[in-house]
Amino acid sequence: MAGRLRVLKTYKLYINGDFPRSESGRTSKVLGSDGKLLAHVCKASRKDLRDAVSAAHSGLSGWAARTAYNRGQVLYRMAEMLEGKSAEFSDILSTTISGGRRRAEREVGRAIERLVCFAGWSDKYSQVLGCNNPVAGPFYNFTVPEPTGVIGIVAPDEQPLLGLVSLIAPVLCAGNSVVAIGSDQHPLATAVMGEVCATSDVPAGVINLLTGDRQELAGILADHREVQGIHAAGVDTDTRIALEAGAGENMKRVTVRNITGKGWYDDRDCHSPYWIEPFIEYKTIWHPSAC
Amino acid sequence: MAQSLQFEHKWDYAPAPEKIPVQIDDRYGLFINGRFIEPASDKWADSINPATEQSLFKFAVADQSDVETAVAAARKALPGWSGLPAQERAKYLFRIARRIQERSRELAILESMDGGKPIKESRDIDLPEAAKHFFYHAGWADKLDYAFPGRKAGPVGVCGQIIPWNFPLLMAAWKIAPALACGNTVVLKPAETTSLTALRLAEIFQEVELPPGVVNIVTGAGQTGSALATADINKLAFTGSTQVGKLLARQLAGTGKRLTLELGGKSPHIIFDDASIDQAVEGIISGIYFNQGHVCCAGSRLFVQESIMSEVLAKLDIRLASLRVGDPLDKNTDLGAINSRQQLDKINEYRKIGVEEGASLHQPSTSELPDKGYWSQPCYFADVQPAHRLARDEIFGPVLAVMSFRTPEEALSRANNTPFGLAAGIWTDKGSKIFDIAAKLKAGVVWCNTYNQFDASSPFGGFRESGFGREGGRQGLRAYLELS
Repeated sequence: MAGRLRVLKTYKLYINGDFPRSESGRTSKVLGSDGKLLAHVCKASRKDLRDAVSAAHSGLSGWAARTAYNRGQVLYRMAEMLEGKSAEFSDILSTTISGGRRRAEREVGRAIERLVCFAGWSDKYSQVLGCNNPVAGPFYNFTVPEPTGVIGIVAPDEQPLLGLVSLIAPVLCAGNSVVAIGSDQHPLATAVMGEVCATSDVPAGVINLLTGDRQELAGILADHREVQGIHAAGVDTDTRIALEAGAGENMKRVTVRNITGKGWYDDRDCHSPYWIEPFIEYKTIWHPSAC
Repeated sequence: MAQSLQFEHKWDYAPAPEKIPVQIDDRYGLFINGRFIEPASDKWADSINPATEQSLFKFAVADQSDVETAVAAARKALPGWSGLPAQERAKYLFRIARRIQERSRELAILESMDGGKPIKESRDIDLPEAAKHFFYHAGWADKLDYAFPGRKAGPVGVCGQIIPWNFPLLMAAWKIAPALACGNTVVLKPAETTSLTALRLAEIFQEVELPPGVVNIVTGAGQTGSALATADINKLAFTGSTQVGKLLARQLAGTGKRLTLELGGKSPHIIFDDASIDQAVEGIISGIYFNQGHVCCAGSRLFVQESIMSEVLAKLDIRLASLRVGDPLDKNTDLGAINSRQQLDKINEYRKIGVEEGASLHQPSTSELPDKGYWSQPCYFADVQPAHRLARDEIFGPVLAVMSFRTPEEALSRANNTPFGLAAGIWTDKGSKIFDIAAKLKAGVVWCNTYNQFDASSPFGGFRESGFGREGGRQGLRAYLELS
């Protein structure tokens, strides 16, 4: 097949279960580490991001209302689909990131493990984080975690697949919906992740994935009043300040992680329920126990 | 239909004032490094008794350099305090709890004099709960590694804490007790209208020989608070308005300081037609008129199912007519003084807005208000529309907005139609309805067939724009710990 002209794909956005192009018509080139053109990706605009937030809102209540067991099954299905696409992800990551194929395979493998881990957490974290409370009076009183709402994800450039999956999985497992901005240096992992979501029983709107100018989109996310939380990593100081100041807009819950390199492979940290905790709201319910 | 016995004035209550003499100094300095000191600012302000409009004492107005001195004292005390064997730390908290109990009568009177709340509330709620917060958290000090499985728990560092005027001593306890149990040191700023009991708590810290600098108290208004937020602290905890909370969130962005916010509310209180109506009416009363309505989780939006509206309002009228407004130190008083002139003006403004917007004012209370002081008759507005400001804005006074609904779905969507999410109440005798509605309400605390219950072991805090973080319970410790 030497000399055959390859079909050059343009990867699209993933919003509300569909794969639209950016309404802006903007795209950008993705080059391999050898400088050759690999593909095009859509460059999401403000309007695309706002559409994604609307989609996440429409997906939220149904997802939150599913049983925890069912959410776990869907996360596990994502792991299965990612496993099936692991060769494709390894190709993408090894052609765009230095470190070679072994590094890429390691990243893909760990991303799969992370999904498996949080698939298991979905029907357990409320038992670990919630409790009943021995109040000094004739009341039955208990505290349960509930999802925070629509969570904006800003994924790192470093470990673009593992970082993205690590930030999404705990948020999703607690019943939140997600609008994620992927790495702009290495956007293909995010783009192909849309294909994983679309084929793994994730209901439309629950996960929305955007590629584009990460810093620009992060600023829009921070100011968006319909976004209830932010989970970010690998951002510069200005972006961090912009994201945290977003709390002043509508009291979003903002977690910006200082995690780099090997940190993404630290399961003790990244697999803990304390990654779920920032994206739940504790509800405490009282009822008289004497009549 | 609801009926009431008419006694005219034949069964008026005789005055029953709390008469134990209490001592108040002419003025109180700043409590820094275990001692009361003169402020570098050399500025003083009057704390007014809202029931008499007389000055009770003068408090120091801390400026930036005073705040920095306090923060430095807390910083210096940090290694010693966090390095103490945990059970030793616990024992200091137990000592504090005991002294609060032993001095509770005096502190309750001071609380009512300085803040205007009825003595029966400061005596039966604020003081016992304040002591309980120290008792509860004392026991956590040496058990923190069990609170968050798989992690080693350590302190955050120096905590700045800014508290409001509605529960002055209780809020101080809510803030200080968990911070100390977790090995942090504290700089606390009480509200400018109610610093007395925090300063008397400082006396207790001296009595129990709490190491100097572990808790420091700086008095003053917003500028003092702003100086504290920007000082060299590791964590800020703020209870107050959503507006100020948002400012603080912006101010702290990118600083690495941790932040918890306990902000405003406009909590829905839903009465279904299958509720026990007499109990629900008591719930409505305590929900909105407790502490003159100066309660962030007050049930200020009442939703009554249409078929029982007239019965509920008739019973509410009877109950309201029996509420006694007046001398906070009288043991029979139900509603004391409004905390400040400023707050009274705000409440009166909202009462005016309510009438102007077309809602109908009902004020059945017959209490005669004293000549001096800040007073507001408890009232409710019927015919309130969801877009009215009465149904949207936090008033922080004894003003209830009453609305009706037909179906549970309508009740839910209207209850959740607010940017706030602090608390909510539900009254129904049907268990499955309770769990269904409780699960769908966007609120951090849901009271079912009860309202305004609090406990040190029960996490308190809001969803959405009512802030983030919890106070009380195991979850409340999280804000004061670094997990490693």
